[in-house]
Amino acid sequence: MIKNFITMLMVTLTIALSSLSVVYAVNLETYKFDDPQKEALFRELIDELRCPKCQNQTIGDSDAPLAKDLRDRTYLMVQQGASKQEVVDYMVARYGDFAYYRPPVKLSTVVLWLGPVLVILVGAAVILMRVRARNNAEVELSDEEQAQLAALRSSDLDNADQSHSEQDKSS
Amino acid sequence: MAQRSKLRWVILALPLLAFLWLTIFLLRGLFSDPTELSSALVGKPVPQFELPDIYDTSKIHTEAVLQGRPMLLNVWATWCPTCRAEHEYLNKLAAEGVYIVGLNYKDDSRAKAVNWLNTLGDPYQVNLFDERGMVALDFGVYGAPETFLINADGEVVYRHVGDVNDRVWNTVLGPQYQQLMQAYQTEGTAP
Repeated sequence: MIKNFITMLMVTLTIALSSLSVVYAVNLETYKFDDPQKEALFRELIDELRCPKCQNQTIGDSDAPLAKDLRDRTYLMVQQGASKQEVVDYMVARYGDFAYYRPPVKLSTVVLWLGPVLVILVGAAVILMRVRARNNAEVELSDEEQAQLAALRSSDLDNADQSHSEQDKSS
Repeated sequence: MAQRSKLRWVILALPLLAFLWLTIFLLRGLFSDPTELSSALVGKPVPQFELPDIYDTSKIHTEAVLQGRPMLLNVWATWCPTCRAEHEYLNKLAAEGVYIVGLNYKDDSRAKAVNWLNTLGDPYQVNLFDERGMVALDFGVYGAPETFLINADGEVVYRHVGDVNDRVWNTVLGPQYQQLMQAYQTEGTAP
């Protein structure tokens, strides 16, 4: 039942998300390429360059006039045979690291790259420490404590027996 | 044993510290404006260009008009309501002797832009006409209005996004402009 529900949810979400991307996709048919390799590069670039005006859209996704200018410039550069890195460098030189969805590893961006690893490491360390502490606690019982534990356990059993018998009586 | 309990306190304090750090980080995010991008051009010379004058398109200006003295470069267009809002203030600054160059950015038509200058006043010493926005693109402009502060060497010192008003001029742009002017004037009087 739950499994079915989750499957349904996933399907609905997938449909919703894919229809969203259809809604926002920009008409790219105006860009004509003779060379399929250049077209692939163009599509890759407009999917990784970020529109400075609209914050969280790629320039391929955005309807903003500026995004169109940047697409035009990308198209021009790709048609003239620019490499991917050349186009990215061109945009970053003008709009900063913001313009590229894959930020470079720098001092100011290092937390983006190492943050998730750090969180996993800290989490693993905490779990490890907790497991160790629990194991140590079992090992570290002295003879005296062992005896106490045994006494407690047997008294527990007695109590349980008693309550059990009391219940028997009452029923 | 004492050492161990100390370590315990440190470990216990860690989540609290992490929480405080996150609180400060997120609180700062609440008051920061994500649309204000730092300009990649700061500290670099203005890009090279050739643009026609807005009044007389046969007259061509180059990046040389942005060199030689401290100045503001104001990016504007008639389709931009905020430019309309700041125009009066630019007129006031120009009257006070602030040197401003105008860059008309992808306007609907040249006639409209000229009409704007004729009716609302022209605060600009030089009027550049960037019909297709390609020079603005080289400046990293992503909207209008934007105002660049340029030093006597023709290097971008600061970029302001949004309108120039009393508050912005008195707290941000003005002091920097005066500082550049002071350096420029003492340099000019030196032998």
